[in-house]
Amino acid sequence: MKKSRIRVLVAKPGLDGHDRGAKVIARALRDAGMEVIYTGLRQTPEQIVETAIQEDVNVIGLSILSGAHMYLFPRIIDLLNERGINDILIIAGGIIPVEDIAELKKMGVREIFTPGTDTKRIVEFIEKNVS
Amino acid sequence: MSLSKQILQGDSRAVAKLITMVEDDFQSAQRFLEELHPYCGKAIVVGITGPPGSGKSTVTDQLAKYLRRKEKKVGIIAIDPSSPFTGGAILGDRIRMQDLATDKDVFIRSVGSRGHLGGLSRSTQAVVKIMDAMGKDFIFIETVGVGQSEIDIIKVSDIVLLIVMPGMGDDIQVIKAGIMEIGDIFVVNKADRDGTDRLIAEIEMMLHLEKKVKSWEKPILKTIGTQNIGFDSLWMEIEKCFHHLEASGEMIQRRKNRTRKEIYDLLQESWREMFFDLIGEDHLEKEVEKVSRQDDDPYHATERLISIFKENLFKRGE
Amino acid sequence: MFFEEQERLEKEKKSWENKLLEKTLSKYPERKDKFVTGSNREVKGLYDPTDIKELDYLEDLGFPGAYPFTRGVQPTMYRGRLWTMRQYAGFGDAEESNKRYKYLLKNGQTGLSIAFDLPTQIGYDSDHPMSHGEVGKVGVAIDSLRDMEILFDGIPLDKVSTSMTINAPAAILLAMYIVVAEKQGIPEEKLEGTIQNDILKEYIARGTYIYPPLPSMRLITDIFEYCSEKLPRWNTISISGYHIREAGSTAVQEIAFTLANGIAYVDAAVKKGLDIDQFAPRLSFFFNAHNDLFEEVAKFRAARKLWADIMKNRFGAKDPKSMMLRFHTQTAGCTLTAQQPDNNIVRVTLQALAAALGGTQSLHTNSRDEALSLPSQKSVRIALRTQQIIAYESGITETVDPIAGSYYVEKMTKEIEDAAMDYIDKIDQLGGAPKAIEKGFTQREIQNSAYEYQKDIESKKRVIVGVNQFQSEEEPIKDLLKVNPEIEKKQIKKLQEVRQNRNETEVKEKLSLLKDAAESGKNIMPFILDCVRNYALLGEICNQMREVFGEYKESLKI
Repeated sequence: MKKSRIRVLVAKPGLDGHDRGAKVIARALRDAGMEVIYTGLRQTPEQIVETAIQEDVNVIGLSILSGAHMYLFPRIIDLLNERGINDILIIAGGIIPVEDIAELKKMGVREIFTPGTDTKRIVEFIEKNVS
Repeated sequence: MSLSKQILQGDSRAVAKLITMVEDDFQSAQRFLEELHPYCGKAIVVGITGPPGSGKSTVTDQLAKYLRRKEKKVGIIAIDPSSPFTGGAILGDRIRMQDLATDKDVFIRSVGSRGHLGGLSRSTQAVVKIMDAMGKDFIFIETVGVGQSEIDIIKVSDIVLLIVMPGMGDDIQVIKAGIMEIGDIFVVNKADRDGTDRLIAEIEMMLHLEKKVKSWEKPILKTIGTQNIGFDSLWMEIEKCFHHLEASGEMIQRRKNRTRKEIYDLLQESWREMFFDLIGEDHLEKEVEKVSRQDDDPYHATERLISIFKENLFKRGE
Repeated sequence: MFFEEQERLEKEKKSWENKLLEKTLSKYPERKDKFVTGSNREVKGLYDPTDIKELDYLEDLGFPGAYPFTRGVQPTMYRGRLWTMRQYAGFGDAEESNKRYKYLLKNGQTGLSIAFDLPTQIGYDSDHPMSHGEVGKVGVAIDSLRDMEILFDGIPLDKVSTSMTINAPAAILLAMYIVVAEKQGIPEEKLEGTIQNDILKEYIARGTYIYPPLPSMRLITDIFEYCSEKLPRWNTISISGYHIREAGSTAVQEIAFTLANGIAYVDAAVKKGLDIDQFAPRLSFFFNAHNDLFEEVAKFRAARKLWADIMKNRFGAKDPKSMMLRFHTQTAGCTLTAQQPDNNIVRVTLQALAAALGGTQSLHTNSRDEALSLPSQKSVRIALRTQQIIAYESGITETVDPIAGSYYVEKMTKEIEDAAMDYIDKIDQLGGAPKAIEKGFTQREIQNSAYEYQKDIESKKRVIVGVNQFQSEEEPIKDLLKVNPEIEKKQIKKLQEVRQNRNETEVKEKLSLLKDAAESGKNIMPFILDCVRNYALLGEICNQMREVFGEYKESLKI
């Protein structure tokens, strides 16, 4: 099989409208040769999971600054589990306190990139972890 | 259960996986496409084209919602440009269709135009086929909006809508310059704006100069995408157009052309592979060197490569 | 400057360059090939009188309190009154926020600034499915007049000025404020404060829109009209560059896009038939203060001058108050780092200094821990103390516009003014701010700047202390504020009580009258006031208008 192109869903769950980070990441991933499916603001967990399925993405990148991550992220992970999906890498970014990071990682969010993260680190992380 | 069976049962994960395979490695996908082929041909394929900013995604979204109210199943292929340098892309058409994301009877796939050998139409055609096989009644293909890919997409649709909007200034020139002919139905979107009537008059004038496709008089419809205005009548026109083209024999012709194009694309790709397989990379590079040094010209180089190909083909035949 | 004098100066400068400067450079080259400001504009090694030889003091600077207001909007500036210290706050439910406001007022804060939670900002009630997980998170949850009564309990509304960061449902929150005052026995004409009410920047940068641009603009002009008759001391809009800058714009883009939005609002109001000098004095602005001290000061000065010119010459305003750009400033949230968060105190100090030197009318200083979570009480206090130290100890408040006359700052003020004007011209050509936004021009310009900035940090062209240089291991900051997770349940319970105790027929009737008004084009404020008085919920009111106006959907402009 030929080398496949990495596809990433960049989604903003929750209601906050701060998409600077999400858009900078989207561009950085595009410039690294990936296909980024960008779905915009106010995405529900259901929308995110269905989109990830239809678009057959390798990665879901969640960006959130509203503080609702401890409600929304577990919901997304539950929905993926319900559908029996375990081959999608889940990463996240935004304003997420340290103690929540540990808990979210336990739930299955593979990495959380807080403000100030180099986009090259994110690209490398994806390339390394997408099989 | 085999992938094809899952697809025939409408399993969206299976559909998504096969589309990925089509995009990344067509040859591996081919055997599944073979299995699906007998179940295809039922869906009506609507191409949606027009300049960037004319509201293609919104029109697609509204038409899909209209069809869902009539309990029809819908597939959407949304194409965005890939970077010619990195091959990466930001696919953002879905953003306007996310209300439909959780509807089990709608399947949306964003596609990067990539630098496909064999043209974008080959993989698009395969994606259409997969969505057709999964049981979609209608499939929309939303184009990039600029360049060669417009013309390509036309070759895979039954009916083409050309979306324009008032106040685009020079953009009307772009329409005049090439894609006017491909629209079966004209949609003036954002029709609550100044300049709508003038734009309609301009289109009417242009259409007047064009010869009719099998006596089909191309209608011009007004919509306001963001307010869901005008889509009932637009859909009625689409149905009317389809029946007209069917009755006049034009539809059979179009589908035949599509099949021809499909076979032609597959042939071209097979030939290309066979050719390079037989002449080998070295010969090609040697010729490139020669011509670059101005030691020879590309015409002779090509002739030499063809004779190597013929020779090797002959040898293999033995 | 006289001609001979200038000639001599230029000669002397040449000779300095050739002898002294060149020699130094050959021995000790400069640190970089190119020096730039925080917004990537090139900076020369030296500025001198030749750089500002075109400057005409009376025409370009003038005197404070007089056209073109470059040096400030009041004749005495901070000698008369210091800026209003206004910390943006609000979280959880109305009870908790009420406590925080009383604490801030007790600590010397002089105005309130209300943060609302996202469901409130987007017009969803706390029990709406989209609200799950968001109630009370980034601000206070307001579902009905009941919450507003609690929020201002014990705070006499004729004694404070209140700023509300609310946009799409601004009319509703203003109506609630008016009714709370009514119940406190305070007539509406006495109310002082601001609603943000700036929808255009929501489409550009902040994302809490509800309706499409056209009906949104109508709501805004309805508010202009209502307030110019009934609330003469209320700032009807705070045209905001803050979020545009946070989204990654440059300093020039920040003021250019903000003023272009301002032009669109004035245009809309004039088209509606309002008298410019009736509503324009109540327009206010809101800017960001970034790290590059001089560039930021120049930006504020250039913005004032540009707006004065626009109002006078483009719109023909007669009242000098219409030409004054009065603004609130917040320090730049996007410059705060999660790494070594205490460093943020220093960043905030520099930014606050820029705001004060730039002549701000009010100021919010960010707390050090905001890159990590909502600020803790202790961090908020440090932030407030930071501005108090600048105000009372630094000495910069003792004279008006102390930085004027600096060759560098005056030159940069002019450059920023020109560059911003170029953008405004470009936006005019595109058909005005709403069109430019629809075409994605504005968003793309900002995103390009944001991406450039990010790449400069990653290539270390730009140094961020503690992030790409001078990193160190650190103890994570403690005592971060956590919003009580029970808030959502509590809020929903309160909402249900409101539903049970109100007169349902009355509410239905008022809501349907509101819908009619929305359709008819009548001024919507009186109808919203009636709904609010009868405890119609914020989400119910927004839904009436959603049915008439539709909802806005973003599209990707990358």
